Amino acid sequence: MGVSTKAARPSAKRRKVRRRLTKRDKAVLGVLLGVPLVVHVGLVWFPAIASVLLSFTRWDGIGLDTIHWSGFYEYVQAFTNDPSFWPAVVHNVLWLVFLLALPTPFGIFLAYQLDKKIRFSRFYQTAIFLPMVISLAVVGFIWQIFYQPDYGLVNSLLGTNNPNGTYLDWLGDPRLNLWAVLVAAGWRHTAYIMILYLAGLKSFDPSLKEAASIDGANERQIFFRVTFPTLRPVNVIILVVTVLEGLRAFDLVYVLGGNTGSKKGLELLSVLITNNIVGESGQVGYGSALAVILLIVSLVVIVPYLVQHFRREER
Amino acid sequence: MTTQAPPRPAAVSRRAPVIKKRVGPARVLLHVFLALTAVVWLLPMLWAVYTSLRPYAETASRGFLTLPEKITGENYATAWAQAQFPHFFWNSLLITVPAVLLTLLFAAGIAFFVTRFGFRFNLALLMLFTAGNLLPPQAIITPLYELYLKIPLPWWMSDSGSLYNSAWGVIAIHVAYQCGFCTFVLSNYMRTIPGEITEAAMVDGAPVWRQFFQIILPLCRPAFAALATLESIWIYNDFFWALVLFQSGDKRPITSAIANLSGEYFTNPNLIAAGSLLTAIPTLLVYFLLQKQFVSGLTLGSSKG
Repeated sequence: MGVSTKAARPSAKRRKVRRRLTKRDKAVLGVLLGVPLVVHVGLVWFPAIASVLLSFTRWDGIGLDTIHWSGFYEYVQAFTNDPSFWPAVVHNVLWLVFLLALPTPFGIFLAYQLDKKIRFSRFYQTAIFLPMVISLAVVGFIWQIFYQPDYGLVNSLLGTNNPNGTYLDWLGDPRLNLWAVLVAAGWRHTAYIMILYLAGLKSFDPSLKEAASIDGANERQIFFRVTFPTLRPVNVIILVVTVLEGLRAFDLVYVLGGNTGSKKGLELLSVLITNNIVGESGQVGYGSALAVILLIVSLVVIVPYLVQHFRREER
Repeated sequence: MTTQAPPRPAAVSRRAPVIKKRVGPARVLLHVFLALTAVVWLLPMLWAVYTSLRPYAETASRGFLTLPEKITGENYATAWAQAQFPHFFWNSLLITVPAVLLTLLFAAGIAFFVTRFGFRFNLALLMLFTAGNLLPPQAIITPLYELYLKIPLPWWMSDSGSLYNSAWGVIAIHVAYQCGFCTFVLSNYMRTIPGEITEAAMVDGAPVWRQFFQIILPLCRPAFAALATLESIWIYNDFFWALVLFQSGDKRPITSAIANLSGEYFTNPNLIAAGSLLTAIPTLLVYFLLQKQFVSGLTLGSSKG
């Protein structure tokens, strides 16, 4: 890409170009870079770093003079004292494992089928992709109606809406609700993966497939030995997207949990953090400690991905 | 792979007839499978539409899994009026439009700098912005919330006197977050514009601001169209920032306001269904009208040629 050709250009020429910049040009460039940089660093990275620092303090969030150092106290609290913490961790992990195990492969499978130059492909794509267009909050409402124990479609069809007999409260029962929400999340995630993978397949050279086919490979072999390995960059993106979706999961759980924050069975790190703010408790240190855990896991995924991505591009 | 007689002649010539093995059952099966999947995927939404079109009295007495006696738009009219939809749509518009425009302008500025002038640290800059965009919002919300409470705004801008509980604050965080993704996409796009174009302009003595506004920005129109479509939908759909950064319900955009309304004004599921679908209509419209832009915007960042 462009970077490599740029790097190859003789630096003398570049210096000449640079020298031609007037004071005003430099000011314009300074504004073009400076304003977004200040906004982005100030509102994203500064709070991220502040999270780390605040997680080692206790603070009610009111006066700056009430902050005091507490070391690892908040972390110890989370690990040993908060009854919601470990369930939240387990649910986050389950969320991720579920997305990786079912919707992701299914999305890839759908993309592969839709790429076969079939009729009505556009119709199928539009229909399956629809969940990604609607806000997660609205998705939550739609599924709430779907799951509603007395009149929802699921219970009406299953006949499990009899208060005296089998009565499945999909979103209320802590043994069921996480799975009910995961179905809704998977519904949406499949759509996302499908569209990402379809774009990847469009850039795939069909002659590779044809060559393998002439060599007598069957469809499954072609996918696993030719298409899938060749699309490695897309696979990496999908993996990163899935992990991040698992960590950011919030809206759906919040709405399906009844807009009140963590419901039993639906605890997630993101929800616990938000409860600390929206609720009256306002424990800045504790909220930050949970945020740091989320931050570290995210960065462990984001940084290696970006490093390898940009390094590949630089070449 | 099985290839049925392709519908278009162009496809015939591209696909060598050599690999045409079986025609028929496999293709039919595939269509059945895809059609079923599409229906299953539409089902929750269709159910909501169906619920929203029936009067509450009827579903209450006869159950929901019944054939309708009467199909009506009443629920939509009631939801529209009771929940003050025009007011909340206006709130959404007030947040979405400035946020999208500023995001694109900011992202274009950084992308322009990085691809035309950035030297040693342009990779680091790109990584900073992209990584920032990928962070879960909840990882930064606690300090951000405190920060918003402590950044003062003049009273004519915000009646809370701070960034908290003001549309400015929500616009600012959208811009800060989204310009990461847009910078990533736009810098990829700008690299495909030959450097000679701006260099020639420079030799002719065109100042930098003219290169940016009159040469580079117009050339990026396709990328802007895709990103604007995608970002409008994303920002309109935002639930989290509006939930946390607004204190009062009446300032919220429709997407997060509807969450409150469901308890307060909407007492029956038919109304909730109608209200949810009303909220989704703008995004659905944009999606159906600009589907190509939307999808290309979403995939621009991930698959570059």
